[in-house]
Parts: sequence; structure tokens; C-alpha cells
Amino acid sequence: MIAELSHAALALAFALAVAQAVFSLWGAWQNDARLMAVPPLTAFGVLVFTAASFAGLTYLYVTSDFSVANVYSNSHSAKPLLYKFTGVWGNHDGSMLLWALVLAAFSALIGAFAGNLPPRLRANVLGVQGLIAAIFILFILSTSNPFLRLEIAPAQGQGLNPVLQDIGLALHPPLLYLGYVGCSVAFSFAVAALLEGRIDAAWARWVRPWTLATWLFLTLGIAMGSYWAYYELGWGGYWFWDPVENASLMPWIAATALLHSALVMEKRDALKIWTVLLALLTFSLSLLGTFLVRSGVLTSVHTFASDPTRGVFILAILIFFVGGSLALFALRVSELKVGGIFAPVSREAALLLNNLFLSAICATVFVGTLYPLMLESVTGEKISVGAPFFNATVGPLALVLVALMPAGPLLAWKRADAAGVAQKLALAAAASLAIAIGVFATNGAPLYPMIALTIGIFAVAGALTEYATRIALFRAPFAESFSRARGLPRSSLGTFFAHLGVGLSLIGIAAEGGWSVEKIASVKPGESIRIADFDLRFHEWAERQGENYRDIAAIIELRRDGILIGKLAPAKRIFVMRGQQTSEAGIRTFGLSQLYLSIGDPVADRSVALRAYWKPLVLLIWLGGVVMALGAAISLSDRRLRIGVPKSAAKKKLAAVPAE
Amino acid sequence: MTRKQRRLTLIAAAGIVLALAAALTFSALRDTITFFVSPSELALNPPPPGKRLRIGGLVKEGSIVKEGVLVRFEVTDGAKSVPVRYQGMLPDLFREKQGVVAEGVFEEGVFQARTILAKHDETYMPREVVDALKDKGVWKHNEGAKK
Repeated sequence: MIAELSHAALALAFALAVAQAVFSLWGAWQNDARLMAVPPLTAFGVLVFTAASFAGLTYLYVTSDFSVANVYSNSHSAKPLLYKFTGVWGNHDGSMLLWALVLAAFSALIGAFAGNLPPRLRANVLGVQGLIAAIFILFILSTSNPFLRLEIAPAQGQGLNPVLQDIGLALHPPLLYLGYVGCSVAFSFAVAALLEGRIDAAWARWVRPWTLATWLFLTLGIAMGSYWAYYELGWGGYWFWDPVENASLMPWIAATALLHSALVMEKRDALKIWTVLLALLTFSLSLLGTFLVRSGVLTSVHTFASDPTRGVFILAILIFFVGGSLALFALRVSELKVGGIFAPVSREAALLLNNLFLSAICATVFVGTLYPLMLESVTGEKISVGAPFFNATVGPLALVLVALMPAGPLLAWKRADAAGVAQKLALAAAASLAIAIGVFATNGAPLYPMIALTIGIFAVAGALTEYATRIALFRAPFAESFSRARGLPRSSLGTFFAHLGVGLSLIGIAAEGGWSVEKIASVKPGESIRIADFDLRFHEWAERQGENYRDIAAIIELRRDGILIGKLAPAKRIFVMRGQQTSEAGIRTFGLSQLYLSIGDPVADRSVALRAYWKPLVLLIWLGGVVMALGAAISLSDRRLRIGVPKSAAKKKLAAVPAE
Repeated sequence: MTRKQRRLTLIAAAGIVLALAAALTFSALRDTITFFVSPSELALNPPPPGKRLRIGGLVKEGSIVKEGVLVRFEVTDGAKSVPVRYQGMLPDLFREKQGVVAEGVFEEGVFQARTILAKHDETYMPREVVDALKDKGVWKHNEGAKK
């Protein structure tokens, strides 16, 4: 009953989404105020019915209704309650439903908070959102229906893939989807602007908060996925340049570029055409990511060809939105007025350079991800493009970008003083070189990580310099610096944190890449190995019974200078129901560094292969991501970016900010 | 500066960055990609020593020998098999008669694996392995690598 009701709710959501698209786009075309008043209501309706459908699926999971095929394939009555919830989106059909739900939520939010948008722009935006929602819900209903019943209800389900039974992975998809789908808002705004043939700085002011929120979720989603891979897969790696990972990285890079170019557009009315194009491309890359992950094309080109319904449907969606929007762009671009001009040394030029580098990085990731697929489908030759490729391409470009980053916020709009900025950053550069030389002298160093470390430290020092400049630290009395710090616009503070986070992540990446220590040995109970300045003694085997699994753990005693400082228990976790096992790493954190242990299969003579890593400053990689997201959150809380701020007030505020 | 000069500066900057990216990409594509070969292809065409390769197939039944952290096993595509040597930890889904992909170099008749690829799903079969097995007629369609 619930399954049928949920199915019906989803069908209703589809009908409403179609109505939303038709009423708003037709209303905007005809400039009919009554028609254009409809979309905020339908957007709310789509949300209500999609949410009802999603709640229905959740109910089926929680009550373990195995007459529903999707629940049978992905759940088990003995599964912990938390994973019954998260199992809802731990499979293809359910995750697409989550995608649609997030999209409906974004549309409803636009409908609710965009009261001050010009009615035609709002109608067009909601029209495009409705179109996206309608097509994706149609996709679910026709190829990925999670509510299909089995003819004979089995007594027990097959259980969720054990690797997915982890809180990190449970939260990773919703965050990432919030980011992916959030890109649709900037896309809809861009299409709406093209439909109207009109675009101005106010447009950028509406788009920026949505892009910031999107970027925040993408950043957190990627950081969380990376940390999950690190502790769950037992390999100690945090990024594998897997196509699935790249699929989430590309929209992130494009959204980062969009954030920066929208800033130029908002403040200086320049880079308009480029910003619109970026908004289109960012969502296109999200759709590409969805296609790569959901069509099965990565698992096998042949699987994709032999069961084409889903893949071809998503490919059609991809072509429709990417092709359609780019065609519209080509038709209308000449109507958009070219904006303000600026000198080659200016904040605008710096942001443009940032965009150039980010685009180049995004393009190399794109090539590295899709080239093997292209080559195989054309020549049949099979190659793999992995970390060495990306280290050689993305690495240098990203390093140059980060090395230039500290100068950006210090440059003035329109025309800037390059020598003055260099002078301000001299101290930061000297400090980072001094620290790098110190590290080199004490630890020795491979070249590439050494360069990355220096640039990372420079980025952190540069961000601090910029903050100190803004509050006139040491140049003015402390009382004045303090009051300046309090009066600093939240968006400046956001920039500071975001750039600081980039530097911190880079330091973590460099330290992990250059100074990690790894040791693998076969140990029996009572034997020890030494890594960094720790002695690890394999004490004994231990077994633990979990709710739906059994752990076989190696209890490892950890000593430094002969003193016992703790015990770690890396384990093999065996899920009896599916006959599968996963690795559970034993991790101990020291400040920002970690000792990471994992074990192989137990051998009959009670010995085990023990793999130990010492990873210095590794936590900075993800901490940097959190700091970046914090920067986005602070920036979002800026009064000037609040969605409800009337245009005139926003203008006045804008004028009051010195063009620093 | 006139508008035209500014535009030229911009185009020059864009050109330099994109040329840099393109140069890096092409040189990396030449140097860093690894080709995938099946055990039969390896037997037919032994690669130059030191060249990084990927091989894939099924782990031959009864071929796994563990000596501490050193593992030896054979990868087969039904027609030919290749001895593999690997020092390290095997992924959780490494079993006899299961699909496997190893990355490393082929030296003196033994494949020295640097990485054994792990995937997150027991029904997953690396696509290269599926294709290699299909070529040899070992692959049965209903074994399904669908996810």
C-alpha cells in the first residue's frame, strides 16, 4: 500500500513539475502575471509530493518490506536502524529519488525566497527548474522505479553492501547531491538570463549565494568522501583519481571558478558572458558526473551497451540540457552587453587569471577522465589514466594557481599597484621559504612535495597577511585594529578562511605525499615492528561481535620510548549474511598527524600481515576542506548577500565599501 | 592602454595558460598512462622490462602462495597464465577464481605487481577482465558485472 501511494505521489510530483515548467515558461514568454504567479506554488507542491514519496521509501526500508524489489536487494531486517535509513540512497533507484528530492527542495526555496526577483526572471528560473525536475522524475518513473513489487515476497533481504555500512559514506551522497543539484540553480538563472537577453550585476548578486551554498556542500561532500576512502578502504590513500571521484571534482572546480567570476560581475559589471557560460558548464559537469556514475559506463562500456535504457536516458538528458543551453547561449550571447574594462594588473584581472587556471585544471581532469573511455570505444585499446597523469598535469597548474592566490585579495579593483602588493607579501614569502628550508634541513625532502609545501605555507601566510592588512595590524593602535576586525565585511572574512583552507589542504597533501613512512611486515603475537619513533607490538588476536558482523582484530600495543601509550585494533570485519569482509583501520591521532594500521587476512600460524603508516599532518587535508566550507558559510551570512535584501539597500551598502 | 590592447593582453594570457595545460596533458598522456594486457597478449608480446602495465584475469585456483607479506599467485584468462609476485596487503575481495587487476612491471617471466586493485563490490568485475575473458570464451554472460 505504502509503495503504491509513494509511487503515485511521485507521479503527481511529475505532473506538477510539468505544469510548473509550462506555466512559468509560457507565462514569462507572454508576460502574463497570473500565469507567472503559479510556479512558486507548484514548486512547493513538487517538493511536498517528492518528499512524501521519499518518506514512503524510507518507511519501506525501516519496516523491512521485502515485497518491494529495491528493499529486498539492498536491505536486511538485522541491519542496524541507522543503515536502514541510509540504505534508502545506498542504491541507484533510491539515490535518484534523493536527487529529485534535493532538486525539488532547491526549487521550492527559490519560490519562497525570490519574492524580490523581477517576476519574469523568477518565472523563467522556476520554469527551467521545473523542466529539470520533470525530466529527472520521468527518468525515475520509467527506468529506475524503486517501488516495484516482487511477485513473491521473500522472507529476508540481501543486505546492504558492507562497505556502505558506515556513517561517513551514509552522509557523503546527500552532501554531494546538495552540491550537484545546487549547480542547477545557477544554471536556471543563466538560462533565464539568456531567454530574456538581459543580464546585469543584480543577476550575479542573486546567483552568488546559491553558488556559495552549492560550493559549501560540494566541498564538504568531497572532503567527507575522501576521508571515508582513507579510513575505510584500508589503503591509507585519500584520493585515487578514480573517474567517480573526478566526476565530483569537476563541478567543484567549475563552481569555484563561477564563484570568482560572479564576484567580478557583481562588483564591476564585467565578465558577464563568461560568467553565464560558466554557470551553464558547472551544471553540465554535474550532469556528466551523474551520467558517469549512474549509467554503468565506467564499470563496462559493454554493460552500458547491453543494458542501455538507463544510460541512454541519462545521456539524452545530458545532451538535451548541455546542447540546448549552449545553443541558446550561442543564439543570445550577442545581445548581452559587454561590461566594464580593467587594467592587466587589477583585482578583476587576478580573478580572470584564477578562472583561466581553474578552467585549464578542469579541462585536464576532463581529458584524463574521459580519454580512456573515448579511446576504448574508438580503437578498442585499453589504457588506464591514474595518479601519475594527474600529478603531472593538475599538480603544476594547481601549484601556480595557489602560489598566485595570496596576491588576489590584496589587489585593488580596476587598477592595482603590483609593487605594493609584492612588498606586502614579501614577509609571507620569506617566512614560507625559511620554514621550508628548516624542514629540508631536518627531514630532507623530495623536490615536488617540497615545492608544494612551500607554496602551501605561502598561501597560509599570504591569507594571514591579507587579514592583517585589512585590520591594519601593527600599523594602527590595537584598539583600532580590533574595531576594524569587528567591522570587516563577512564576505572578506569568508575569503580569508577559504584561502586559508586551500593553503592548509596543500600543506597536508605535501606532507602526506613527501614524508609519509610505510612499513609492511608479517608479525606473530609477541613480535614487534618499529615505525617513525613508535614500537608496535602485536599483543594478541581478539574477536568482537557486532550487530550484523564479526570483527577479527589484531590488538597492537603502541609504545614510544618504551612507554605504553595506547592500543590499536586494526581488524577484518566479516559480514556473515553476504559472506563479505571489509577492513577496519586502527588509527591513532597525534595532533594533526596519524598513525594508521591495517591488517591482512589472519594466517593459520596466527601471524598476520601488518601494514603501518606514519602520516604527518595528514588531517590538514580534510581540515583545510572544512575551513574552506567555513569560509563559504561565513560569506553566506554576509548581510549583502542575504536573499531578502532589497536592491536599493544592497546598492547603498556596496557603495560604502572602499574599493580595496 | 586601449580596449584593443587590453583584449590582446587577455587573449595572450589565456593562450599561455591553455598552451601550458595542453603541453602538460600531452606529455603526461605519453609518459604516464598504463596499457592493459591479458595474459595471452603478454605471452605473445613480452613488453620491454621496466614498462608499467596492467594485467587482468582470474586468480588461478590453488595458485596462491603466501610467505609472510610476500604473495605469489597466477593470473589466467583460460588460455595462458602469468605468475605474479606481490609484496603487500591484498584487497578484501581478492579470492581464487575471482577477477583481479594488477599493475606493475613484467620482468624475467614474472609480473612484479606494485598494486593489486581493489573494488568495493563483490559483483564488480573490472571491465578489462570481462573483455579479456570474453576474448577467450571463458566469460559466461550470466555472471553479470552489472552494478
